[in-house]
Amino acid sequence: MIRIANGQGFWGDSVDAPVRLMREGPLDVLTLDYLAEVTMSIMQKLKRRDPAGKSGYATDFVELIRTILPDLREKGTRVVANAGGVNPRACLAAVSQVARDGGAAGMKIGMVAGDDILDRLDRIMAEGVPLSNMDDGRPLSEIREKVVSANVYMSAFPIAEALNLGAQIVLTGRSTDPGLVVGPLIHRYGWNRDDWDRLAAGTVAGHIIECGAQCTGGNFSRWWEVEGWDHLGYPIVEVEPDGSFVVTKHAGTGGLVTVDTVAEQLCYEMGDPCSYVTPDVIADFGSIQLGQQGVDRVGVSGVKGRPRTDSLKVSISYLAGYSAIGQLTISGPQPIEKAKVAAAALWGRLRRAGLEYAETHTELVGAGACHGRIAQGGSPAEVVLRLGVKDPDQKKVDRFGKEIAPLVTTGPPGVTGFAGGRPRANEVIAFWPALIPREMVKAEVRVESV
Amino acid sequence: MKQMRLYRMAHARSGDKGDGSNVGLIAYDERGYEIISREVTVERVKAHFGGLVKGHVDRYEVPNLRALNFILHDSLGGGGSASLITDAQGKTHGMAMLLMEIDVPDDYEPPGVGTGGAGSAEYPGPSR
Repeated sequence: MIRIANGQGFWGDSVDAPVRLMREGPLDVLTLDYLAEVTMSIMQKLKRRDPAGKSGYATDFVELIRTILPDLREKGTRVVANAGGVNPRACLAAVSQVARDGGAAGMKIGMVAGDDILDRLDRIMAEGVPLSNMDDGRPLSEIREKVVSANVYMSAFPIAEALNLGAQIVLTGRSTDPGLVVGPLIHRYGWNRDDWDRLAAGTVAGHIIECGAQCTGGNFSRWWEVEGWDHLGYPIVEVEPDGSFVVTKHAGTGGLVTVDTVAEQLCYEMGDPCSYVTPDVIADFGSIQLGQQGVDRVGVSGVKGRPRTDSLKVSISYLAGYSAIGQLTISGPQPIEKAKVAAAALWGRLRRAGLEYAETHTELVGAGACHGRIAQGGSPAEVVLRLGVKDPDQKKVDRFGKEIAPLVTTGPPGVTGFAGGRPRANEVIAFWPALIPREMVKAEVRVESV
Repeated sequence: MKQMRLYRMAHARSGDKGDGSNVGLIAYDERGYEIISREVTVERVKAHFGGLVKGHVDRYEVPNLRALNFILHDSLGGGGSASLITDAQGKTHGMAMLLMEIDVPDDYEPPGVGTGGAGSAEYPGPSR
């Protein structure tokens, strides 16, 4: 049996969670998932603006390694993280430096790259791969000049290769989220590329823990049953050689692991349940069997997989204009009516100033912004008026931001909560999912001794 | 037949899928799964969400988890950082689904889960 935990569901998740996982109970592998689609474009922008070329990865990871380095040396726990973002080489250098500073001479650190195809886009298209949008079929050429980042979702086998070469820490670029768990399983059990059921089981294990506490009580529908919110346990899978596994958490931590919390996380971001496509296998979520095996222990078995696809998915991000969002708090009496008057005043003033926007948005937070007419309840004591615009013209978007504050003195009474200055135009990043033939992507695996 | 809100007989989780969201709706028992499979149709879901869902709705059955998975297309105002709406990732769509009221047979009582909670008439939270 091997114990694999996830201590980070996204860049911005709890900084204490991975440290606690190292110290609150036994663990063989700590995984950390830092990347979301939008994270890659943010990192690409950071990298472009840094003349030294040392930005573009999850800096939290370097600080984490600094903190847990003594624990890693004492216990030998392995760490697998997609912290490399769009600059895994710089991340490798930073982590190696921290390990050297901490006296970890001889520790091996691995890197998996090759996912970043931004510099190769034109050559790839010239070779007849249109990188068409998977949703609507448009060719990439339509938005080519606006592309910010382009990363291929990579196989988990290169992660296993780095572990096979002795790396205690492996950092990657755009690996898949479940791949951070599948890689160590391939390494530990020697699974083959056509062990479809086992690779699918590992993928399901990775999917269950990839969002951190979302399977241990976080976001659970029956939230009133969750105890210990201030020290929620992060998830651990105990995986057997045949791929069956138990989902659990360290004893004494808050939260709960039940068939219900695990089933909810299995549904998270689910598409066609029979075809959960990864670079290494197609997992069938319709084959998963769950069973409570004790307090905070859920068994998962029966997972079936099918052969992998011929192509890999590419996540391309591109600049799609600018947006700004501003908000004001409108107190009662009659907050909804007054908020509508204030919003109409703002949009009317901008129109009189000759400004039309590609998209505008008015929301009354507190009066059904999330659930529309499904929302229940009477008149709220106050509402937050949330206003937004989107447009290709940055100047127009900035101009909108100057129109919010005046409403405090030029609108209906009881308007407050204008803080943090005028909202400024932010770049809007949109995504372009595409496919690339598998043979056009080569993973680069490097392992260095500190 | 009697009317029952879904939160008494099921739980849910939602998240984003591109410019749409998905909602997994999970029944607390086998009979509940039969009932939601019959009652919570694509048409009912589309009508329930009204203007929140601009596109069509897909439904998948996942009987091994007693779950139905719904894809609500074009429900996030563009999705991700391209969206101006508060819930740009559909995080709250599961809770919205649980507010739906459906027909259930008179003799159906969902299992009382936890302390009050889903088995009680009130949601959210236990009625103490």
